[in-house]
Amino acid sequence: MALTSSLDPYVDRDSPVHALDARVKLLLTLALVLALALIPAGRWSAMIAIAALLWWAVLRSAVGPGLILRRAFIAAPFALAALTLVVTRPGAPLLRLPLGPLTLTVTDAGLVAFASVILKTWLSVQAALLLMATSRFTEVLGALRSLGLPAVLVAMLGFAYRYLFVLVDEAERLLRARDSRAAALPGRRAGGPIAWRAGVLEGMVGTLFVRAYERSERIHAAMLSRSYTGEFRSFPPRSLTTSEQGLLIAGAALLAAIVWLAYWR
Amino acid sequence: MLVQALGQAMALGMHIPDGFLSAPVALLWWVLTVAALAVAVQRVQGFDERRVPLMGVMAAFIFAAQMLNFPVLGGTSGHLLGGALAALLLGPWAGMLVMACVIALQALLFQDGGLLALGANIFNMGVATALVGHGVGMPLIRAAGGKPWGLIAAGFVAAWLSVMVAAFLTSLQLALSGLAPAVVFPAMLFVHAFIGIGEGLITVAALAFVATTRPDLVPALADSVDASALGRAMSRGAMLTVTLIGLAIAVGLTLISPLASVHPDGLERVAEDHGFIERARDPLYNLLPDYTIPGLDGPLSTILSGVIGLLIVFALAYGIMLLIRGRREPGPKTPG
Repeated sequence: MALTSSLDPYVDRDSPVHALDARVKLLLTLALVLALALIPAGRWSAMIAIAALLWWAVLRSAVGPGLILRRAFIAAPFALAALTLVVTRPGAPLLRLPLGPLTLTVTDAGLVAFASVILKTWLSVQAALLLMATSRFTEVLGALRSLGLPAVLVAMLGFAYRYLFVLVDEAERLLRARDSRAAALPGRRAGGPIAWRAGVLEGMVGTLFVRAYERSERIHAAMLSRSYTGEFRSFPPRSLTTSEQGLLIAGAALLAAIVWLAYWR
Repeated sequence: MLVQALGQAMALGMHIPDGFLSAPVALLWWVLTVAALAVAVQRVQGFDERRVPLMGVMAAFIFAAQMLNFPVLGGTSGHLLGGALAALLLGPWAGMLVMACVIALQALLFQDGGLLALGANIFNMGVATALVGHGVGMPLIRAAGGKPWGLIAAGFVAAWLSVMVAAFLTSLQLALSGLAPAVVFPAMLFVHAFIGIGEGLITVAALAFVATTRPDLVPALADSVDASALGRAMSRGAMLTVTLIGLAIAVGLTLISPLASVHPDGLERVAEDHGFIERARDPLYNLLPDYTIPGLDGPLSTILSGVIGLLIVFALAYGIMLLIRGRREPGPKTPG
């Protein structure tokens, strides 16, 4: 199971979206997600306008709309929670479902609220996917740093990303070791009762912790021997070019206009 | 992998995606999270610089540890959220930063939780779990006076409570954003009362493992626990007893909770708070509903609608799981 290869969402292509500065992409993504959250339920034209902007960027990114659309279903399980809106939102009743002692009423307002939440979630996930598919993680970290995230947190995120793959491999080895010692017959679950299974996991989590801790000690020693003093040094971020600033302002203005129209029309 | 991811998403159900939280709710929790993390960064910088690589690798550890799961019921599996464990192993502030990194990575790499909702997600699963895990766990461990049972019980209670607090906060944010509290609160708290048992077991087991094998790594724990006695106490029987007691508590609480919420407390308070917020921003927003269920009134309807909502969601989720599982895994199954 090649899990580690699926961990990194970056898709290496040559496109104007990839070439764009990560700070601009990060800010525009956040603005787009915020704009979606601000649009009231049922303002379909505003949501479609934002979708058009997003999909225009997706098409220019050469990542492939299929990939973005397919991965965007990751939030689908959570969408089930929104289903309750259909029967709890007051409005004009459309359909009554008699269920034993009480009746669930599907309302028009409920359906609108449900569809709005689903559409907003779907588009927001796509925006985040586009950002991560067209920017290397280190570029995103650099953008976060220059936007004011404390250096400690940026460094931690960097370490976590760097060793994520290593420790996930470590965890997979533990899982494989357990599975190879717990043969299962078809239709029968391997292992003992739940306490036994939890007991096996005890050693796995503890072992993983001790190995991770010891690894971090070795990493620290290696860093000290390369003259690490607790400070992380990097080149100061270059200032944005005029065209990048223009794109940022134009994008933000466009999104603001869409939200403004959604409210006042 | 897809089955696992789906199982995780459902079992946790706590990484709120974008689109669910209204903008004011999301921004409010961003402010709270930034404030909490600013305090944590300040506290942690007082320690030696060795902790930066340590905390980064610990974030990767929590991430990887969340992959280690054990089958519980049907398609769901018990696995770690990790906030209480991180706080008990590393201290509340370092634990908080570690969890913030984990949740941020999940949002960025997997779209597991939204970007605008990231503030709320970090607060629920990082800030609150670390504070509860440490704030409840450490005094209990000290109060137990070095008895191994003290560590087991304290770790379990702290981890279970941290999951419940996170579930409560998630429900609160969803309710403030317009989902019906009568459905969200019972559903989330009910499910997580059971998920919390898994969390408690794994947390206790991992704590005990570390305290017995490498007590030097966790001085705070090693000082207050006798390692050799702990090794003897961590038998299968002890684990089973803790599981059963925890299960009993969880079932008891879920049976009591809908009845309790009929009386003027939790849900009503939320509705009141919400009403206040709604009035405050009435001129700008008209998208929030009021929380009467059409055609239903009274306390019975609250319980019934909660239970029905829960059943519908779970029936759907379970059906999807079975479909995917059936298509994906035709051969002999491996555990986990």
